[in-house]
Amino acid sequence: MSKDIYVIAEQRDGVVQKVTMELIGIANELAQDLGQEVYAVLLGDKIEDQAKECFEYGAKHVILIDNPVLKEYTTEPYAKAVYNLIKAKDPNIVLFGASSIGRDIAPRVAGRVHTGLTADCTGLAIDKSDTEDKGLLRMTRPAFGGNIMATILIRKYRPQMATVRPGVMPLPKRNPGATGTIEKFDAGISEADMNVEILEVVQNEEKPVDITNAKVLISGGRGVGGPEGYEPLRELAKEFNGGEVSSSRIGVDSGWIEKARQVGQTGKTVRPDLYMACGISGAIQHLAGMEDSEYIIAINKDESCPMMQLADLGVVGDLKKVVPAVTEKIRAYKKSQEV
Amino acid sequence: MKILVCIKQVPDTAEVKLDPKTNTLIRDGVPSIINRDDKSGLEAALQIREKLNDGTTVSVVSMGPPQADVALREALAMGADDAYLVSGREFGGSDTYATATIIAAALKEIGFDLVITGRQAIDGDTAQVGPQIAEQLHIPQVSYAEDLKLGEDGKSIIVKRQFEDKAHVLKVQLPCLITAIQELREPRYMNVGKLVDAYNSEVKVIGFDDLKDKLNPDWIGIKGSPTNVVKSFTKQARAAGEVLTDLTPEQAADAIVAKLVERHLI
Repeated sequence: MSKDIYVIAEQRDGVVQKVTMELIGIANELAQDLGQEVYAVLLGDKIEDQAKECFEYGAKHVILIDNPVLKEYTTEPYAKAVYNLIKAKDPNIVLFGASSIGRDIAPRVAGRVHTGLTADCTGLAIDKSDTEDKGLLRMTRPAFGGNIMATILIRKYRPQMATVRPGVMPLPKRNPGATGTIEKFDAGISEADMNVEILEVVQNEEKPVDITNAKVLISGGRGVGGPEGYEPLRELAKEFNGGEVSSSRIGVDSGWIEKARQVGQTGKTVRPDLYMACGISGAIQHLAGMEDSEYIIAINKDESCPMMQLADLGVVGDLKKVVPAVTEKIRAYKKSQEV
Repeated sequence: MKILVCIKQVPDTAEVKLDPKTNTLIRDGVPSIINRDDKSGLEAALQIREKLNDGTTVSVVSMGPPQADVALREALAMGADDAYLVSGREFGGSDTYATATIIAAALKEIGFDLVITGRQAIDGDTAQVGPQIAEQLHIPQVSYAEDLKLGEDGKSIIVKRQFEDKAHVLKVQLPCLITAIQELREPRYMNVGKLVDAYNSEVKVIGFDDLKDKLNPDWIGIKGSPTNVVKSFTKQARAAGEVLTDLTPEQAADAIVAKLVERHLI
């Protein structure tokens, strides 16, 4: 019988990515409901040292597929390795991050195994009903630009497979020094499986900021008016621990700010402690990427825009005047608190 | 060379609005468009054909209801040589696995050297059908293509493949499948002369009977789909917040800072 939950760890340049820790966290919750175990599957070249990260974030077992062919991500060697692992171990559930890597490999593997795959999930839970669906994985995902949520089951095929949106599942608490078992798995892959040739690896010029890690996001939209309009937002963001600037789609499409800072259905999903939407009217695609933020403040001239409706605190006004005033007042407040 | 471009007709989700009272989608009057990533892929295919100018053809293929005919004619008006509509009630309710199974069978029927699809469709956002077609065709895939050109040997494609933190420049032998992102190419407008032709030319319809030698009926349609949608719903709205109007910038800033202090955000 298919058993256990496999998390396909995502590593880039030999470093396990945050989405993997998020997956381990949710996998542990699911495993508890099922009475099964969580395995983190590490694929790469000389990456055994990364097992420690997986253990400290809650994995009890690591399966290591270490092979020089896996140094840079390419589809076929990775897909074949995961396919062979699934065939050998028969897992119940297999989870991937819904990144540009996870969304490349997962459909290829699901196709080869002939099982179901749910893309870009934002919710995972075990069915606890008294029906024949009991014990199945309930996968919830947005569609129609985030307008509709759908819950999906895989009834007849195994493993149940899903990609999970980075930044959606909470990061589990790190437990330094935690250890577990490591199993080395020979995935039967070789140089001959490389059906593409890497001619060049181009590093993106600026190291992309990860806004999904930010505690506070000061976010600008159409109302900022141009690239220079983000400057007061940057000033304000500096006043917070873990503060960053983000943007709605218009700012990115207009070339005002880099793509890595885009929040929304075609950008990042974020859930910071504070999301301050400045001059963002709140298209549904944007709201889908930030509506789970802990506290939302909107500054906008338009009282009736969707962001005002969503926000915990909405202030009708000109962001170009209000944002610098907030920065000044925070500075004054901090000064008043100094001993 | 024979290039097949897969396109999908989608509702323009940027135009979809929520009914604030019922919290349901207002679909009436929402225009249908060719999915943007797909259109970018079509443009890339047309440019390869123009550059080669050696009898290379670009065919467009769409799976969908009879109305998807409009999207195919738009592709013809952009310059595609011919168009195929994969349509039939046996195909209804297919998930990505079943859709890819059907499209792969149709592509085999038509024949190809290069397949280009969009990375993902804006209504479903799965990005799964392209790779799953490639899997069923047993050919290599390169997804998230940001740039591409034909290799000098004429038998390979050089693709710039975008990741979040870097890009790979990859060489892949034909036949292969590429999934295009919107940034790959800026699509051309429809040509007025071709638009008239497009409405006079034939869109070939491929139905279940045309593919039955290549398709296992148990693996397609709603019954053959490994995933089952059991529930769909609109998200619950957050509790209504407070909206402050008619404040000076100073007063507005005071109100915001008071909340930040109250919530220990500063």
